[in-house]
Amino acid sequence: MPKRGTTPIQEEMLQGTLDVLILRTLVGGASHGHTIAYVIERQSDDMLQVQHGSLYPALHRLEDRGWITSFWGLSENNRKARFYRLTAKGRRQLVSQTNRWDALVRAVNRVLKPSGEPR
Amino acid sequence: MSWRRFFRRAQWDDERAREQRAHLEIEMDEHVARGMNQEDARTAAYRKLGNPTLVREEIYGMNSISWLESAWQDLRYAWRTLRHTPSFSVVALLSLALGIGANTAIFQLINAVKLRTLPIPHADRIVEYRIETHGKGRTGQFNGERPLMSYPLYESIVQQPGLGRVFAWGTAGFDLADGGESQPARGLFVTGPLFDIAGVRPAAGRLITASDDTRGCGTPAAVLSFPFWQSKFGGDPHIQGKTLKLNGNSFVIAGVAESGFFGFEVGRAFDVAIPMCAEPLLRTRSALANREIWWLSVMARLDDAHSIAAAEKRAASISSALFASTLPPGYRQGDADNYKAFGLLVVPVGTGVSQIRATYAEPLTLLLYIAGMVLVIACGNLANLMLARASVRQSEMAVRLAIGASRRRLIRQLMVESLLIAAGGAVAGTFVAGALSRVLVTFLDNPSGRRVFVDLGIDWTVLAFTAGLAAITCLLFGLAPAFRATRTSPSQIMRASGRGLTDGRDRFNLRRALVITQLALSLVLITGALLFGGTLKNLINVDTGFTAAGVTQVDIDYRHADIPEAQRLQFQLDLVNRLRAVPGVMSAASAYIVPLSGSGWNQNVVVDGKEQQPYTNITRVGSSYFDVMEMPLVTGRNFDERDTLAAPQVAIVTEAFAKTYFHAPAPIGREFHLAGRIGEPDPAYTVIGVVHDIKYEGLHEPSGPVVFFPHTQEREANLDMTIVFRASGDVNAAITQLARGIEPRMLVTFSRVDQVIGATLVRERLMATLSGFFGIVAMILAAIGLYGVMSYVVERRRSEIGIRIALGAEHTQVISMFMRESAWLIGAGLAVGLALAYVAAKSAATLLFGMTPKDPAPFVLAAAMLAVVALLAAFLPARRASRQSPTTALRG
Repeated sequence: MPKRGTTPIQEEMLQGTLDVLILRTLVGGASHGHTIAYVIERQSDDMLQVQHGSLYPALHRLEDRGWITSFWGLSENNRKARFYRLTAKGRRQLVSQTNRWDALVRAVNRVLKPSGEPR
Repeated sequence: MSWRRFFRRAQWDDERAREQRAHLEIEMDEHVARGMNQEDARTAAYRKLGNPTLVREEIYGMNSISWLESAWQDLRYAWRTLRHTPSFSVVALLSLALGIGANTAIFQLINAVKLRTLPIPHADRIVEYRIETHGKGRTGQFNGERPLMSYPLYESIVQQPGLGRVFAWGTAGFDLADGGESQPARGLFVTGPLFDIAGVRPAAGRLITASDDTRGCGTPAAVLSFPFWQSKFGGDPHIQGKTLKLNGNSFVIAGVAESGFFGFEVGRAFDVAIPMCAEPLLRTRSALANREIWWLSVMARLDDAHSIAAAEKRAASISSALFASTLPPGYRQGDADNYKAFGLLVVPVGTGVSQIRATYAEPLTLLLYIAGMVLVIACGNLANLMLARASVRQSEMAVRLAIGASRRRLIRQLMVESLLIAAGGAVAGTFVAGALSRVLVTFLDNPSGRRVFVDLGIDWTVLAFTAGLAAITCLLFGLAPAFRATRTSPSQIMRASGRGLTDGRDRFNLRRALVITQLALSLVLITGALLFGGTLKNLINVDTGFTAAGVTQVDIDYRHADIPEAQRLQFQLDLVNRLRAVPGVMSAASAYIVPLSGSGWNQNVVVDGKEQQPYTNITRVGSSYFDVMEMPLVTGRNFDERDTLAAPQVAIVTEAFAKTYFHAPAPIGREFHLAGRIGEPDPAYTVIGVVHDIKYEGLHEPSGPVVFFPHTQEREANLDMTIVFRASGDVNAAITQLARGIEPRMLVTFSRVDQVIGATLVRERLMATLSGFFGIVAMILAAIGLYGVMSYVVERRRSEIGIRIALGAEHTQVISMFMRESAWLIGAGLAVGLALAYVAAKSAATLLFGMTPKDPAPFVLAAAMLAVVALLAAFLPARRASRQSPTTALRG
């Protein structure tokens, strides 16, 4: 459940953000779609609500690009589920995407919260 | 996106479905674990995931190449739609197959005659050397199909540096028979290195080389063409070393040329090629040392370094020396001056040289236009059909638009349907073209045995043409209806799908425009057909001045009878008499030249010491000639026994001759001379009789002066002669028998004079027949178009007609209501058509004879014919409308 006082972000996530979040989630090891969605939600303190509907096309897209691979396995409660694992290429992508994200955040912050520069 | 996944996307989709099911189950498990009941858990899980089908669809979409996917869908849908309306599909396919087939066939011929390069390596570097005569003629003897150069000229050119690797060829008819009735073969004289320079490879044995072509060669080598090898020798692999008789002389077969090589003249193929050095064996008068026998085409292969410009420069620089050194010794002053002023031209001939190209390029191009118009008219009918279909499918379109199909998508789908029809038509048309082009070639063949050869193979040019044609027709008949069909707002259609009394005019105007176009174009084609038909009729009915029907000519070659020169004339006169005695022969006479047969003899006439220009046509005949040809003497006497070699030379002249040179209708006793050779006195002749004018060179030509000399005064009798005769029944075998009796190796060839003359009208016959055929097809198509539109009009106005009839309208009133509308359409079509036809007729004027665009008769006749047919086509639906009972109309 979202914390009081803040509204969870329900709208479309910034283009490509979901992709990098998925990649980050998979650093810890292989997991299936359900886990990925919940990990993202929990790690963001429920700020980011993953649209499960958009999760699977995103997974498909990443697999298509060769950043992740998939296999069938058993879930924690013994259900057959499709697991995703990060590839070497995906790991490199994660690094570069993370750097890009940092740069973006810094840039946006510079605009939103200008420090005491002379005017 | 990988292709592998594209083709396995069904399986892939299945996996996704399973994956999502797993997701939902895990989610539900967690909800249940937290204490939710099963039902709520399911709802919550679905809410969180969203619509699984939509998600799957999104992924499916990512896996497909969407345009390909939807194109495939469209194609399957179009195929189903067409299969559901078989009659429409068959009609559409057939008319397109015929239309595209006719166009492709004619284009195939144009391609073969005009566009295709010679089947030898680097044909673009082959040039022909020609003489720039500055409008002055060359005098002398012209032999074969391409009499451009003499052998001495070739010998001079080949020695010049900088003109490439030069070779020459000439054509001649050979006789394969060893006595008896002749077996003609198409012969090719080649200079030794010709095959090597051209880059022709042997299919068997070896080809003629430079070492075969040495002056006075003993047992010369012969090379067969591939088709001749196949047809005459059944492709015998051991052909090398066998012998072949050509005009009674033995030749050793050296080999066979590769299959594609037909020579350098498009439209003619050779059977046997022999080296130049063998020419004296085959001709009674050799041309090898003669400077005024024109019989060769001189060509060269330029190597890479040589540009054509360089060769031109070189040719120009040597011209005057070349012609000065080869001046024929017998030329009179004027001819010699002309000759020395000649220039040497370089002409690239990568597509070969061609007589039939000159003759048929224009008619074929015109026929292509005509066939194109027929195709446009056929497309008009298809467009009409498509429009009719479109209105039937209006509600389908409306529904699809209403549920969110984009207009572009619908147009694309309709165009795919058209494309499918067009493609089917093109494929079927290719087969039609295959058969049709062969028929066309037999048209060009002429019955006197000079077969036209063109390689009709389908190549990329033809395929591209057919594909382009299919695409254009598809746009022509598909685009407008597709736009029309989808240009509707759904609500409007739904609302209008009930019965209305009147109909929107909008969709109609397109149909009316189509019908007017069809009528106009078919009027052009019918007028054309009448003009070409009239041309042929005029030429057939031309007054030749003699009667060719029933006359047979027999060419007799008696060189092997070894008659000494002094006795030849007597031998010939005896031969005519013996032939006349053959049972069944009614009349017979010798004729040096048979008029309109393509051969000729002309010289300048000198009257009162003044040489007359231009030349006068001459022939030498026996005294019965005028009987055989049914040419009564106008005045004077016929040749008779008084006109011996010792007597003064006499002549019978035509009226044109008398009028042109003597300005008198009956110049009996007047004298004229023939301009003879330099240094010899001009021989004198006295006019003893006058006959009516005759056509000599061609049916198109005006009847100029012609002079007849008596056979009995022939001073240089040849080793062959021609006799014309009339006979009852077939006497050819008996005449052959007679000739064999005199000398077994004597060669005789029969031909019917009217057929020989008819063969000169091949082009006109082709134009008349094909334009007539296309004209009729066009008229029928246009009538069908009009019928279709009027039927549609009647159908749409059924309720209105019902009310009119119920209110007491007479049948005739209903009929005249529709006929007025038809008359308007027909009138507009004819008006536009007449203007177009006039322009078209003017541009085709050179192909006409005795018909001019200024003569209104063919135009009026064509318009009347079309009007009658069109009114009939319109009358049928109008009458149907008038006969309907008011109740059915109102109930329907």
